[in-house]
Amino acid sequence: MSHRPETEAELAQLVRDLPGPVSVRGGATRAGPAAGPEIRTGGLSGVVLYEPAALTLVVRAGTPLSQVEAVLAAEGQRLPFEPGDWRAVLGTEGTSTIGGVVAENASGPRRVQAGACRDSLIGVRFIDGRGDVIANGGRVMKNVTGYDLVKLMAGSRGRVGVLTELSFKVQPIAPAQATVIVDVPVGAAPAVLSAALGSPFDVTGAAWVAGQGALLRVEGLPGSVAYRSKELQNLLSALGAARIEDDAAIWTAVRDVAPLAGLPGDLWRFHLRPSQAGAVAARIGGAVMLDWGGGCLWARVPRGVDARAIAAPFDGHARRMSGTGLAPADPPEPQAVARITDGLRAAFDPRGIFSGDADADVLYP
Amino acid sequence: MEMPPPDPAILSRKDQIVAGLRAILPADAVIDDPVETRAYECDALSAYRCPPLAVVLPRSTAEVAAALRFCHEQRVPVVPRGAGTSLAGGSMPTADSVVLGVARMTSVLEVDYADRFIRVEAGRTNLSVTGAVESAGFFYAPDPSSQLACAISGNIAMNSGGAHCLKYGVTTNNLLGVTLVQMDGTVVTLGGPFTESGGLDLLGLVCGSEGQLGVVTEATLRILPKPEGARPVLIAFSANDIAGACVADIIRAGILPVAIEFMDRPCIRATEAFAQAGYPDCEALLIVEVEGSAPEIDEQIALIRQIAARHTPIEFREARSEDEARRIWLGRKAAFGAMGQINDYMCLDGTIPVSALPEVLRRIGELSREAGLEVANVFHAGDGNMHPLILYNANTPGDLERCERLGAEILKLCVEVGGCLTGEHGVGVEKRDLMRVQFRPADLEAQMRVKDVFDPRWLLNPAKVFPLDASAARRAA
Repeated sequence: MSHRPETEAELAQLVRDLPGPVSVRGGATRAGPAAGPEIRTGGLSGVVLYEPAALTLVVRAGTPLSQVEAVLAAEGQRLPFEPGDWRAVLGTEGTSTIGGVVAENASGPRRVQAGACRDSLIGVRFIDGRGDVIANGGRVMKNVTGYDLVKLMAGSRGRVGVLTELSFKVQPIAPAQATVIVDVPVGAAPAVLSAALGSPFDVTGAAWVAGQGALLRVEGLPGSVAYRSKELQNLLSALGAARIEDDAAIWTAVRDVAPLAGLPGDLWRFHLRPSQAGAVAARIGGAVMLDWGGGCLWARVPRGVDARAIAAPFDGHARRMSGTGLAPADPPEPQAVARITDGLRAAFDPRGIFSGDADADVLYP
Repeated sequence: MEMPPPDPAILSRKDQIVAGLRAILPADAVIDDPVETRAYECDALSAYRCPPLAVVLPRSTAEVAAALRFCHEQRVPVVPRGAGTSLAGGSMPTADSVVLGVARMTSVLEVDYADRFIRVEAGRTNLSVTGAVESAGFFYAPDPSSQLACAISGNIAMNSGGAHCLKYGVTTNNLLGVTLVQMDGTVVTLGGPFTESGGLDLLGLVCGSEGQLGVVTEATLRILPKPEGARPVLIAFSANDIAGACVADIIRAGILPVAIEFMDRPCIRATEAFAQAGYPDCEALLIVEVEGSAPEIDEQIALIRQIAARHTPIEFREARSEDEARRIWLGRKAAFGAMGQINDYMCLDGTIPVSALPEVLRRIGELSREAGLEVANVFHAGDGNMHPLILYNANTPGDLERCERLGAEILKLCVEVGGCLTGEHGVGVEKRDLMRVQFRPADLEAQMRVKDVFDPRWLLNPAKVFPLDASAARRAA
C-alpha cells in the first residue's frame, strides 16, 4: 500500500488514521522501495518562498533536489552543503528529494568549510507520529527561540516524523574556483589536508582520491582564488608535487563518491578524527576515498566484511551504507544515549508509526 | 514578569538540603550565607532579582553529577549558571532553587591543531578559548559581545552568536561535542572531535536548550585558522531603506563579508556624543568588514564600493591604517556603553528577514513615538538580527513597564514580518510569555516533550523558556 498525500493536512490526517508502522520515502534513492506500507512525499512539492537577497529558500519536502538546485542556480545561488548524487555508488534508482537529503543530513565536500546540511537548515515543518503538524525554526538565519528541533530532524532518517517543509540559508555561487592537487598516497594525505585546512587560505574542499592525490579547493573572487591557490601550492609543495587545476568536475566526482561507484562489495562511510584516516585506510586496505580533510572516509570492502571491526581503534562512527553483512549498519548506541533516543522517539511517535523500516537493516541493495 | 512562588516545603528544609550538599561536595563548594548568595541573585537582566536557596560551585563533572543527583532525589530545582551574563534572565534563580555554577571549571583539556579542535571545561570564558590557541594562529569563531566574561557553558545553553557569524555561524555550527550531566546525575557524552556520531543529533538539540536539558561540563569546539587580515569600511546613507537596499545588494553580489553592522541616527548621535568616533552626520550607516590578504581585501572592497555607489552614499570611508579601522569600529563597539551613559536601556534581539528591514525600522519608529520612549537601532544587518535599544529611566515609576510593553510590541512585529523573538540572547524569563506569538500550542508541546525526556521531573531551570501556564502541570507533577 503506497500513500501519496498532496497536502500537509492530508498527510497529517493519513498519519492519524494509520493503524500501524509505515515506511517513509522521498525518492527512495537510499533505502530503496519499501517492503510494507509506505508514504511517498513526492506530492508535497514546490518552492514556498525564495528571497535571493536574503539568501533564504523555503521549499516543500518532496521537491526533487534537481529542481531546488535549478531554482537557485537561476539566481546564481546554491545550497552551501553541496549534497551529492549517490545513486551510482549505492546502485540505486529514483529521484532525490530535498526532504530525503535533510533526513539523511547528506552533505558534500563543502561541509569542511560551510558546514553540513543541518548547518544550512533554518526551519522545518513536520508531522509527528500523533499526526500533529509541528513547526520549528523559521526563515531567518539567526534564531534561538525555543529548542532547536531543526537539528533533531536533520539526519533523523524518518524516525521522528515526516518532513513537510524546509527552510534553508543558501549562498551565492562563487565566481571562480581552483583545485591544488598534491601527489601523495592515502597514508600521507591527512597531513597534507590538515596543513591546508590549518592555513588562512579558506579551503572549501579537502579530499583524497586514488590516482589523483590530495585535492584542495578554493572558491571566491577571481583574484582571490588565484592568490590562494598559488599560496597553497607553495605551502604544500614541501609535502609532495603540487599543481593547480581549474576543473570543477573533480569535485562533482568527490561529492558523488564516484571513485567507488561500480566496484564490487559493500560501501562503508566513516566519520572520524582526520588524523586517524591514514591508519584506518591502511587497516581496511582496498578502495577508499577521503573527504572533509580526512574526517570522512568512504570504503569499499568485500561483501559481509565488518569494516568497523577491521578499522578499530578509531574515534568516531562507521555506517554500512549498502550490503547486508552480519555487522549492523550502525553500531549500538551507548546506554545513556540510547535511553534519550528511545525516549524522544516515544515522545514524538508513541504508536511506533515510524518504526516501519527506519530501524531495520534495509540499506540497499 | 512573574516567577512561580517558591515551594514552602523546600524553603523549610533549607538546612537539611545544605547539609546534604556539604556531605557530598567539598566544603568551599557550597554557599548558603545570605550575603554571599546575593551575588547570584541575578544575571545581566538585572531588573529581576531573587537570591537562591544555596549555590554550589563544583570543580569536576563528578561533583556536578553528585550535586544534581542529590537535588533530583530531594526534588529541589536547579538553576545552571555559566558566567551570569545572560541578557534574558537565563540564570535567574528562584528562592527555592540551588544555583549550580560551573565558573570553577575552566581548564583546557586537549588542543589538536591537526584535527582543529579544542576541548575545554565549560566554565572557561569565550575569549580565553581563543586565547589558548591564538599563538598557533587559530581562533574560536563565535564572538558574543560579552566574550571577555561569558562562559562557553552559557554560549552552548543560549546558542550564542556574535558580530562575525554571517561568515562563521553561531555556537551550534562550531560545537563538536559535549559532556552533559542530566538532572538525575547521568553523564552522557555527545559528539566528539569528528563530524557525526550516527543516531539523532542530540548535540544539536542540547545546544540552545537554555540549561533545561542538562548541565554541560566539557565542550569540544572547532577552531579555525585566523585570516591574514581584516579591514572595515564605513558607508553613510541619507535614509534607512537606502542602507537596507545596499545590504541586500552586497549579499546578492556574492561577497561574503564577515560582518555587516547597521546603526541608525539615534544610535549614531548617542555614540558620537559618547565616543567621538567622527562618524558622518547621516540617517544610517553601515560598517562592512572583509577578510583576507591585502590584495584580496582590495578586490572585495572595490566591489563593495561599486555596489554602494549605486545607492548614492553620503560617504564611503575605507580604513587605510590600523588606527582608521579602530576608529570605524569605535562607535559601534561603544554603542551599548553610550546608551548606558545616557539612560537605562533594554536591549532586544529579534531577527527579521533582511528584506523587511526598511518596513520594520519605520514601524519601530512609529511604536517608539506612540510609547513616548526613544529607540536606537544597532544591529547585525547581514543576518537580520536586530538590536533595538529602548531608552527609559528606571527611577521613573511606570517607565520599566512602558519599556517592556514597547519591547513586546517590537518583538511581535519581528514575528509578524516572518522573523523571531530572539536571534542570539535566548528566551529565558524575558521572552517566555511571548512564546505563543511565535509558536502554536503543538509547537510548544513538542518542545516541552523533549524536556520531559531529559528531565522528567522538570527540576532543571524549570520556570524559563515556556509560558508559565503552559508548563504549570509539568512543573507541579
